[in-house]
Amino acid sequence: MIQKQKDHASLADDFNKDEDRVGWHDDTLWWIREKRDKIAWQVPDWELLRDAASNIKDHVLSNLNPYLLQFEANAIANGITVHWAADAAEHNQIVLDILREKEITKLVKSKSMLTEECHLNDFLGENGVDVIDSDLGERIVQLAEESPSHIVLPCIHKKKEEIGELFHKHLGTPEGNSDPQLLTEAARHHLRETFLSRKATVTGINFAVAETGEFVICTNEGNADMGAHLADVHIACMGIEKIIPDRKDLGVFLRLLARSATGQPITTYSSHFKKPRQGQEMHIILVDNGRTKQLGREDFRNSLKCIRCGACMNTCPVYRRSGGHSYHYAITGPIGAILAPNLDMEKYADLPFASTLCGSCTNVCPVKIDIHQQLYKWRQVIVQNGYAPKAKELSMKMMAFTLSSPFVYHTAGKMGRAVLKYAPFTLNNKFNPWYKQRDLPEVPEASFGEWYKKNRNKNEQ
Amino acid sequence: MANGIKKIETKMSSRTQILAAVLANQPGILPKPAFHPFSPGGEKDLEVFVKTATGIGSTVHFLGGMEEVKALITQKFATGRIISPIAELSEIAELDFAELDAHTLEDVELGVFIAHFGVAENSALWVTEDLLGKRVSPFICQHLMLVVNKNNILQNMHQAYDKIGTANYDFGTFIAGPSKTADIEQSLVLGAHGPRSLAIVVLA
Repeated sequence: MIQKQKDHASLADDFNKDEDRVGWHDDTLWWIREKRDKIAWQVPDWELLRDAASNIKDHVLSNLNPYLLQFEANAIANGITVHWAADAAEHNQIVLDILREKEITKLVKSKSMLTEECHLNDFLGENGVDVIDSDLGERIVQLAEESPSHIVLPCIHKKKEEIGELFHKHLGTPEGNSDPQLLTEAARHHLRETFLSRKATVTGINFAVAETGEFVICTNEGNADMGAHLADVHIACMGIEKIIPDRKDLGVFLRLLARSATGQPITTYSSHFKKPRQGQEMHIILVDNGRTKQLGREDFRNSLKCIRCGACMNTCPVYRRSGGHSYHYAITGPIGAILAPNLDMEKYADLPFASTLCGSCTNVCPVKIDIHQQLYKWRQVIVQNGYAPKAKELSMKMMAFTLSSPFVYHTAGKMGRAVLKYAPFTLNNKFNPWYKQRDLPEVPEASFGEWYKKNRNKNEQ
Repeated sequence: MANGIKKIETKMSSRTQILAAVLANQPGILPKPAFHPFSPGGEKDLEVFVKTATGIGSTVHFLGGMEEVKALITQKFATGRIISPIAELSEIAELDFAELDAHTLEDVELGVFIAHFGVAENSALWVTEDLLGKRVSPFICQHLMLVVNKNNILQNMHQAYDKIGTANYDFGTFIAGPSKTADIEQSLVLGAHGPRSLAIVVLA
């Protein structure tokens, strides 16, 4: 895989080769978006809840230093070991050090987008630690040697027939069988053995409560709990922005999270871990990895309020038709496109452009992040810093030149209409991607300017 | 040894560095908003609770007391290992499983536990470690039964956390329905890693 990273547009092109799959992907995600609407509208004061969540998160970000200290002190008092990691490398090393000290070489991991962001699995693999992902969707992409394409629904891009094939190869299910019930049952048995035999587990954290030092993990499958309650060592990883002030704030966030994510009233399990169980070792790793930098960027600070529900991608017309892998970053979709450039503006310069700026993401965000406005702002920052794609830079310069001179503008308009009328093949050919799935409207005889001039004269006569 | 010292130094410096960067970059303090007075609870909480619970795949049984619970269990689970910390169920369930190694609960067919309360809006039931015997017990069993008093159904999660207050649990969890997944083409399958079914007993 030593090749230049393809950008969003060309990765989306790859995804769009299979039109049926694009349609299916689009419909599936829109169906989840509709489920979200249906359940959200059943909650009186849904908008008040979003306001409350947004305000609590704003407050946390404005007072993060004291809250981190308070959380750390309480977690330590509860018997948890707290670690701090400045970046992904340090986070991964801390996990490895804990495992090495216990001579543990096998790990079971539940869903954590942070560990995806840090590429923990690759790092541990290179260092002789075997990792099994226990969330069914994550296990599927792991077996397929892919990355999750959605933060809540990791294998939303996969057809059940492909999963059936994978399970036949790796778990010995009958060839050609792709019944979800049967495949899930096979995974249940396979992962039960894993839970029972692994001495260490890594989990993510949904919410960390400063007031009490406890943390909350939400799953539907129960995989985080199965891992944590059977392992001798539990390592829980969180970005520093996951803090909330008080236990009662959970009432606001737990009402919003699952409704926004999948249209469920709540996840099956919302587990509150306060102390290690008797004889167990519990670690929390607090990770920065660019978050303090984002905190200092006034225009983009809001992105740290994200609770990782995925509603913005389910509703996004671009994400639904380009697939999660086109974002080439751990967090996909609109929210990923405003988080990624903070880490590496050059590498992810294409992502803020992967949007129509329609604002649907902003409308569904449970913590009211102004996602589409941040996408727009990132575009400006990226162009100012010279990271815009060359073709885009050139066309923008041409446009600026054309728009800044009335003469050039009118002449260009006339020429354009003439070309479309008399020589459409110069534009409508296979080299112009615009025409791949669409046509231009019929060319008008005159521009609005010309029409107005003519008709105004008529009226005045 | 030198290695050990170096490691501690790195840790200290990351902590200091992160906290300093947060302090430098966090904006001027915005006050914590006063808690909004969300819509008050309804009189139909129990009705909503039952509708929500059955809607997400739980079954709900209205029973008069533990004798009836015992009869329901015997009727539904004729064979298989049953664990429960409820003394009245001693004839049909193991009561002393809390002392066992968690892994030995692997073959439990049914776990029966008392829940502190249920929440109408999402049918979640709140249980804590002291009611579970072992943390893993409501997750590892093939089927789960939770018993809640009819008077302990609250309307929403705000009331739930008001009720929890400053309770000092070591581990607690909201359980809403059987464990489930829809990761394969969004087809809902009950019984992912945890219980395949959840029976909720509402005691009059």
